[in-house]
Amino acid sequence: MSDLRSTATDTPAAGKASSDAPTEATAGADEPTATRRRTLLPSSTLLRHLLLLALGAVATVVILESTDPFTNSQLATLSYYAIAAGGLTVLTGMNGQISLGHGALMAVGAYTTALFLSAEEPLPLPLILLAAILVATAVGALVGVAAARLHGPYLAGATLALAVGLPGLAIYFHDWLGGEQGLRVRAPRAPEAFDSFISAVSGNSASNTKWLAYLGAICLLITYFLLANLVRSRIGRTWRAVRDQEVAAELAGINLGAWRVLAFTVSAAAAGLAGGVLALVVRLAAPSGFTLVLSLSLLTAIVIGGLGSLLGALLGSALLVFLPPFVTDLGSGWGLDNTEAAQLAPFVYGVVLIVAMIFAPAGFVGSIRMRWLTRQATRSAARSSRG
Amino acid sequence: MTVLAAATAASTLAACGGGGDDGGGGTSSGDSGSNEASDIGITETSIKLGAHFPLTGVAAPGYSEIPTGAQAYFDCLNEQGGVNGREIEYIYRDDAYNPTNTSQVVQQLVLEDEVFAIVGGLGTPTHSAVLDFLNSEGVPDLFVSSGSLLWGDDPETNPYTFGWQTDYTSEGKIIGDYIAENFPDAQVGLFLQDDDFGEDGEAGIREYIDDQIVAAERYTPGNTNVGPQIAALQAAGADFVVGFNVPSYTALSQLTALQLGYDPQWFYSNVGSDPTLVGNLLNNFSEGQVSDASLLDGALTTDYLPTVDEPDNPWVQEFQRIWDECGGEGELTNYRIYGMSQAYTTVQALQAAGQNPTRDGLVEAIETAGSEWEGPVLAPFRYSEDSHMGTAGMSISRVTGTTTEEVAPVQLTDIGDAEIEAYDGEPAEVPENGIPDEESVVD
Repeated sequence: MSDLRSTATDTPAAGKASSDAPTEATAGADEPTATRRRTLLPSSTLLRHLLLLALGAVATVVILESTDPFTNSQLATLSYYAIAAGGLTVLTGMNGQISLGHGALMAVGAYTTALFLSAEEPLPLPLILLAAILVATAVGALVGVAAARLHGPYLAGATLALAVGLPGLAIYFHDWLGGEQGLRVRAPRAPEAFDSFISAVSGNSASNTKWLAYLGAICLLITYFLLANLVRSRIGRTWRAVRDQEVAAELAGINLGAWRVLAFTVSAAAAGLAGGVLALVVRLAAPSGFTLVLSLSLLTAIVIGGLGSLLGALLGSALLVFLPPFVTDLGSGWGLDNTEAAQLAPFVYGVVLIVAMIFAPAGFVGSIRMRWLTRQATRSAARSSRG
Repeated sequence: MTVLAAATAASTLAACGGGGDDGGGGTSSGDSGSNEASDIGITETSIKLGAHFPLTGVAAPGYSEIPTGAQAYFDCLNEQGGVNGREIEYIYRDDAYNPTNTSQVVQQLVLEDEVFAIVGGLGTPTHSAVLDFLNSEGVPDLFVSSGSLLWGDDPETNPYTFGWQTDYTSEGKIIGDYIAENFPDAQVGLFLQDDDFGEDGEAGIREYIDDQIVAAERYTPGNTNVGPQIAALQAAGADFVVGFNVPSYTALSQLTALQLGYDPQWFYSNVGSDPTLVGNLLNNFSEGQVSDASLLDGALTTDYLPTVDEPDNPWVQEFQRIWDECGGEGELTNYRIYGMSQAYTTVQALQAAGQNPTRDGLVEAIETAGSEWEGPVLAPFRYSEDSHMGTAGMSISRVTGTTTEEVAPVQLTDIGDAEIEAYDGEPAEVPENGIPDEESVVD
């Protein structure tokens, strides 16, 4: 069976269709032609990703220790947006499914975390976050089964209903889930090892804000490491096949529905973890934190960053976190009053989105990668014509 | 010229150095006679205060006017020399009524802007998100703009947080008592927002007229169809409806009742009753078919502040002057009066905290002297070491056209089984320039 599939995907017809005509929008998702690329990174995917993980960990410590507490708290915010956006970019960029409901899946993770933490003697934090992932995964699998049968606008509509409807449950079961006011979360204190680690590394004091920022960063690094391995594996290739050429993929023996459900489930797991981190960082799980705006922000983040690229998801999330305060402060600097400055932020975000769509329709990462690919192609064409 | 500049720079440096040295232990420096940088957010010439409000999004209409009122008050105050020679620097940031944003902007205010205190942060779910943060950082969290019991009834857990407006339970009790006395035969229906707001209000009102209540209907914020709830109240035979709802649901309930031909006596709690805003909303929702708040004519409501429809009230006149001189565009509204009144109480607290206030000194000052402060708020505050609840009383008034007339004077109560009693104090006089003059109560 697997032989059949591999020969089928290797046939020129199916293979060519995706490599010759990479759709511009998902350029960020496609594996850069790894063949014949000069690089310092190891050729084994796992080793390469482990190296990047280690580099990411070092960079995290350097960044968190050299910035002020407020930037630390912004980075903690960035981490949960980026985790959710990473999951969503795998779903949308790799598998071609659109979801407007990831805010709701984050709510599932956040409420799970809040409920487990409110216990008399809460479980250790990693277990609680794991529970948040599992519950969100279960919900995601259920939604995924429905979503796998739908396409384009219908899928968007179904997941939109999720985003609008699910937070309403918190109000309906208000005795249990805290209603409109939500569940307050008391983030567990940092372990002592963390204090000594920080004082050994930089001599800074280990505040709770810093602890949450590290927690978010650790979750982010682990998520991205796992997702990066997944999309470079056979699973990722199958997802791309399902995205680009449904008929060819089906002829190759790929069960389209099952692979779509899998993509949705993986994506939901990331959203669940993001929700858990959000609950810890925000210290609250309330329905007004999981409005449609959250789901749409995630979608805009991955589109601006470059669909299908984890780096793009990270950049898009960074824009989401850092742009509004930056614009607001800029506005106040120009002599606008606080209200006008606050209204400037969504306006500028909208302008950035429009400009990005006009000049970089494949997003930051996608556009750069497209340009790079084009240059490679021109160069190799020139080389072959010379030769 | 160069020499002068250098000298100025040197003296500024010296001043900064001095301030830095005293930064830690400024608690006992109240009698030194000169201003010092006594705590975070306080310099010799300024006090930095922060706030979070919904300036954009669904909750912005109305609520976004509150900080503009406070800003106008602080601007006029600064022209008169500020508090003990320090200007108030007031920074308010937008949270769009989303707790996730609230958490971010309050961290920005505390960690980046380094404010001395947070003043008047708006909303129950939004402010809940920062309650633990502010109390664990030791940042005074004054006069939360919400009537939830969370802010005041547990000072041991939240020693830095203070309520300000009348809590919803006390409001419910006063409404219940009024109905029991003046409408003993009314069949009362309750129209409640399905959260703490509705729950606290219902608990208060049921203490007095539990046997008169024939139906209690709840709506979910965000669901704009209240047809089923209003029809259920009508079917239960309620001829007196008490609403614990936000302004948009006042408009929706009025329009729905009009469609159903249902005409009970309405009583809206303070939150949902601003005639101007409700009028605008009615106009919007009905696409121009109902052009003002005339539907509200005859409805009852509660007050804990003077309102713009009392042009003879000296406080309203003073606030009008402040708005004209220091305000921005637009008219003086009840929301701006709310912001100014909150700013007034804030200045009282800062004055009471002494010449060189500290964060802990500010809390101590409110606990010690806060219950004696007079001002635009109709009834006294309940501040003490055991309670951080805000004002305790309300008057009841009837909407007539776009104005209101008082039908019951100010009454006082408290949460729990406290009795309701008439308030015998006189309305406070307006001090010169609308600036209070409190004695320091902190050494």
